[in-house]
Parts: sequence; structure tokens; C-alpha cells
Amino acid sequence: MSPRRRRSSRSAIAAAFAGCSRQERAAFIPFLVAGDPSLKATPDLLRALVAGGADVIELGVSFSDPIADGPTIQRASNRALAAGSSLSAVLGIVERHREELGVPIVLFTYYNPVHARGVATFAAQAADSGVDGVLCVDLPPDEGLRELQPALSERDVDSIYLIAATSTKERIDRAAAASNGFVYYTARSDVTGERDDLIPTLAREVKRVRRRVHLPVAVGFGISTPEQVEEVARVAHGVVVGSSLVRLVEENAGEPDLAARLERRVGQLTAPLRR
Amino acid sequence: MTSRDRVRTPLSAAAMEPDEGGRYGVYGGRYAPETLMAPLEELSRAWDRLRRKRAFQRRLRHLLEHYVGRPTPLYFAERLTEHLGGARIYLKREDLLHTGAHKINNALGQVLLAKEMGKTRIIAETGAGQHGVATATAAALLGLDCVVYMGEEDMRRQRLNVYRMQLLGAEVAAVDAGSRTLKDAINEAFRDWVASFADTHYVLGTVTGPEPYPRMVRQFHSVIGSEARRQLKRQTGAADPDVAIACVGGGSNAMGLFSAFLDRPDVLLVGVEAGGRGPDLGDHAARFSGGTLGVLHGARTLVLQDEEGQVVGTHSVSGRARLPGRRSRACVPARSGADRVHLGHGP
Repeated sequence: MSPRRRRSSRSAIAAAFAGCSRQERAAFIPFLVAGDPSLKATPDLLRALVAGGADVIELGVSFSDPIADGPTIQRASNRALAAGSSLSAVLGIVERHREELGVPIVLFTYYNPVHARGVATFAAQAADSGVDGVLCVDLPPDEGLRELQPALSERDVDSIYLIAATSTKERIDRAAAASNGFVYYTARSDVTGERDDLIPTLAREVKRVRRRVHLPVAVGFGISTPEQVEEVARVAHGVVVGSSLVRLVEENAGEPDLAARLERRVGQLTAPLRR
Repeated sequence: MTSRDRVRTPLSAAAMEPDEGGRYGVYGGRYAPETLMAPLEELSRAWDRLRRKRAFQRRLRHLLEHYVGRPTPLYFAERLTEHLGGARIYLKREDLLHTGAHKINNALGQVLLAKEMGKTRIIAETGAGQHGVATATAAALLGLDCVVYMGEEDMRRQRLNVYRMQLLGAEVAAVDAGSRTLKDAINEAFRDWVASFADTHYVLGTVTGPEPYPRMVRQFHSVIGSEARRQLKRQTGAADPDVAIACVGGGSNAMGLFSAFLDRPDVLLVGVEAGGRGPDLGDHAARFSGGTLGVLHGARTLVLQDEEGQVVGTHSVSGRARLPGRRSRACVPARSGADRVHLGHGP
């Protein structure tokens, strides 16, 4: 992998959020599992996300033991692993397509694949591949600040940490201190997956986080419909949709127009943001 | 034993007891999704408060004596000693405890803790079923709801234990994800807990998981080692054996026994882990010799994994031993200095 990006003082992720803010709208952040249904199909699907209106892409790295994921993303991870996906393969996809895609890419992963490679090696490879940010779902800032965050920071790759409804003030501050680009607020105390309703206290919770955090706040977990996107966009700087797109890929995996269907769906989800 | 490896890594004093983050040197820690971090902090605080409380200790001691059946005998195996013609062999009979295994020491302690914390529901994982049966028993005794996650493959192999758990009023939830064995049952229990921590306590069955589990589970099992020392002293005049041997699946009974001898440099500690079909990855459950440092089930530990950090399957004749993650407390003696723990492999 060749070093080919020199970062300005502001990361591409920060710039993407700033651009959305100028348009007075929230950023749309779709999630897909890299390598599902195949490594070959992934670049087309990523293009579809961009064409549909993605501002930032969360690219899932599969792990054999995804404790934070519900059945939909578990199945996708298994398909991707069976199709030969791995952290190496995902870095390769980013390296080949990041520039062409033109939107920041955040790797959404469990910590062990990163740990197995060594954090310094990973940080260097991520930077060289053009990865813009990294979120490890089972690496809280307590451990992340000691291990991964310094290595990523040295390579100008953004660190993104989760904040949950259970996070105390101290924990929110710790996540914010460890993050750049944005923080990710999990809208539900649950595993990933689609839900019929948002929790009623979500707006209040997001405001609580926004008061303490200087970075953009993206909200994900359980958001799957344009109506939910619209509602979350009123209080958050960014809206993450994962499982429902992963399910669309699952249900249309054999279809020749899978990418077109995905693009259409992303278009529907982003429509409320463009009004 | 088919082979023996010596592990020589210096152990600092700091690695014997965890730091404030639950780290034992490079092992341990608290690698959990953010949603669980505050509940884990709450659990650490509750455990630190209760383990010092006289009333809690009294209650636990009372139940261990009158319900569980402690102390267990330390039996001089005269015929085996004669037959093998070497060491004088003593067996610490944890198998004679209620429910048939040492697991109840920890399960009962944690369920008692959960009740004190005001939880009304208990979840647990189980491999061979012993920890599930012990947890279901403790939950029934103390009047808490209980769900035990168990891999489909393990349920098939251990049907009798499934039936026992159900008889005790527990729901046995089949896990069909991944390899359908213990590691997947642990994953599923964590997934439940992320959504249920408000009224639910997760009774982890061995010395793994995020802080405070390794030290809490070790503490509940330390009664094995402390009893054994007392009994050995009474029977032989000397409290320290030359060698202490324990099987290591998850590591909880080994830590229970070894914890009494960690500061006794003359006692050779031997852990025996499952060698399975052979030394190739996926054919065994021997993590001390085949594992590398990784992060699994909330802790940094030795993990059987490929070079991409994907956890691989294990093979063992035992259900509980089929765990690809080495437990941080067990890692400590294994990596301890002065050749403290020797490893052997069985099937």
C-alpha cells in the first residue's frame, strides 16, 4: 500500500459534517458489511450508497464473534467471512475505491482483527489505504485511549467512539476526548437491528450528549425508515442506517439490479434530508 | 498427558492483582460495548462493597455449608498412589458438591450478589451444562428467573443437563449461531445483557470476561484452594503439596485451586488442557500452547485465532473446554515466572 494522502488540518469526516451543516441538514451515514454478498460486489454497492446520497460510509469488517450485532448483521458477517472477507480484504477495497467514491469511509469493526495485526501496523495501513476513521464497537475509550487512539492519531486517522444511554457524564466526556470527526450515539440499549419505533426519550438523550460534546453527534441503532431518519435528523448531526440496508442486500443478493435497488433505497432514506 | 510445555514469562507483582482497569499485566481489562460499560462499573462497585460485608459473607458461607455441601473431602487416593508408584495423590472432591461440580461455588455467589443488587433475572452461558445447572439451581433457590444460553451442538451432546435445567425452572435458549458451542453461547448471553442489564445479572461461568468477572469468579472459587491447604496440613502436617494439578477448560477450578498457592514458589502448578485430535488449529482447545494474544468476550487473553484475528473452532471431548478464549486469570499463572505453571495436554 502506498502512502498517497496528506491530510489537511481538518479531516475529510469533519469536512463532510461541515458541508452538511452549511446545507442545514444532517449527514446520512449508511452501513454495509464489506464482502457481503461477495468481495467483488462490494465496490458497486458502495457506489450505490454514494449515488443515493451517502455523506459518510460505515464499512463493516466482519468478525467471527460479533457480540454487539443482531441476527441481520450476524448473518451478513458470516456470509462475508465465507466469501473471504477479512480486515486485509477490506483495507484493499478502501485502497482501490476510496478516491473514486469521494466520501469519507469509517471502518466499523470489532477490536480483535485490529489487535491481531498490531495497532501501529493497522494504523499505518489504514492511513495508507485512505481509511478516514475507525470505530471498534467493543473498544471503549478507557482501553482505546491507551492503545488504538494514539496510533491512529499519529497517522491522522479519526477515532470514533460510542456513547450510549447508559453513559455517565464522565463516560461521555471520555468518549468525546478520545474521538475526532464525530461521536456515535447508540439510540438503543440493544444489539443492532431494525425496530418499529424510536425510543421516546431519544431527542432528550441526544440533546444531553450534544450539550457535553464539541463534535458532531451521529445517531444509529434501530433506524430503518425515512420517517425515522427525518425524526432523528431533527436532533442529530448524522443519521446511521445499517441493518435495513444489510437486509436489502441479503434479500436481493442474487438480483442483477442489487446495486440499483440499494441506491433507490438510500435515495428514499435521504429524501427527508434534502427537503 | 501427551506433551508438556514450560511457559516462562516473568510475572510482576502487579500482574497478580488487577489494576483499577481490571488488567493483569497485558491480560484482562474491560473490552465491552459502551452500553455495558456503566453496568459493568456498577457491578464492580457492588462486588467491592458486598465482598467486604459481613452479612453477605455469612449468608454465602451458610449456603455453601448447608446447601452446597462444603467443605468437600480431600481424599488420599491410596490405590491410585500405589498403582502409579510415585507421588502421594490427594483428590479435592469438588465433584461431590450439590449439582456435581465446582461451578456452584461461583454461580451461587453471583446469584446472591445479583439478588443484593436488586436484579430479578439471571442469564448464563453453558457448554457442557455444569455451569448452567449450577446457575439454574442457585436462581431457583433464591427465587430469580433464569435463562441459560447453550449452543445447539452442546444441547444435543448434553441432553440430560438440558433436562435438569428445565426441571429447575430455567429456560434453556438454543444458540444456533457460529459453531453452536460455548463461545457462541457467551456471545448470545452478552447480546441479551446489552438489552436487559437493568433487571438482569449475567452469571459468567469462568475466569474470563470484562472486569470484574475474572477476579470475582476467582474469589468465589478460592475456597477450593484454601480448604485444600487446610485439609492437607491436617492430614500430612504440611499445607503445601509439591505439585497442584488442575484441568483447564475455562480456568475457574484451576484458579480456585492455584489461588491458594500463587505466593508459594515451591509448589509446582500444573494445568492440563484439552489436546483434542492433534496440534493443528481447530483440532484442539489448548490455548496456552496454541493461542495468541487477542481480545474476546470482553477481555484481552490468549485466543485461538487466525492471522486475520478471526476466532477459530476448537476440538475437545469436553463441552466446557471448547472455549477459544483463554481466561485472563488463568493466563496469569500460566505466564507466571519461575516455571510456576506447567502445561500438559489431554484429549
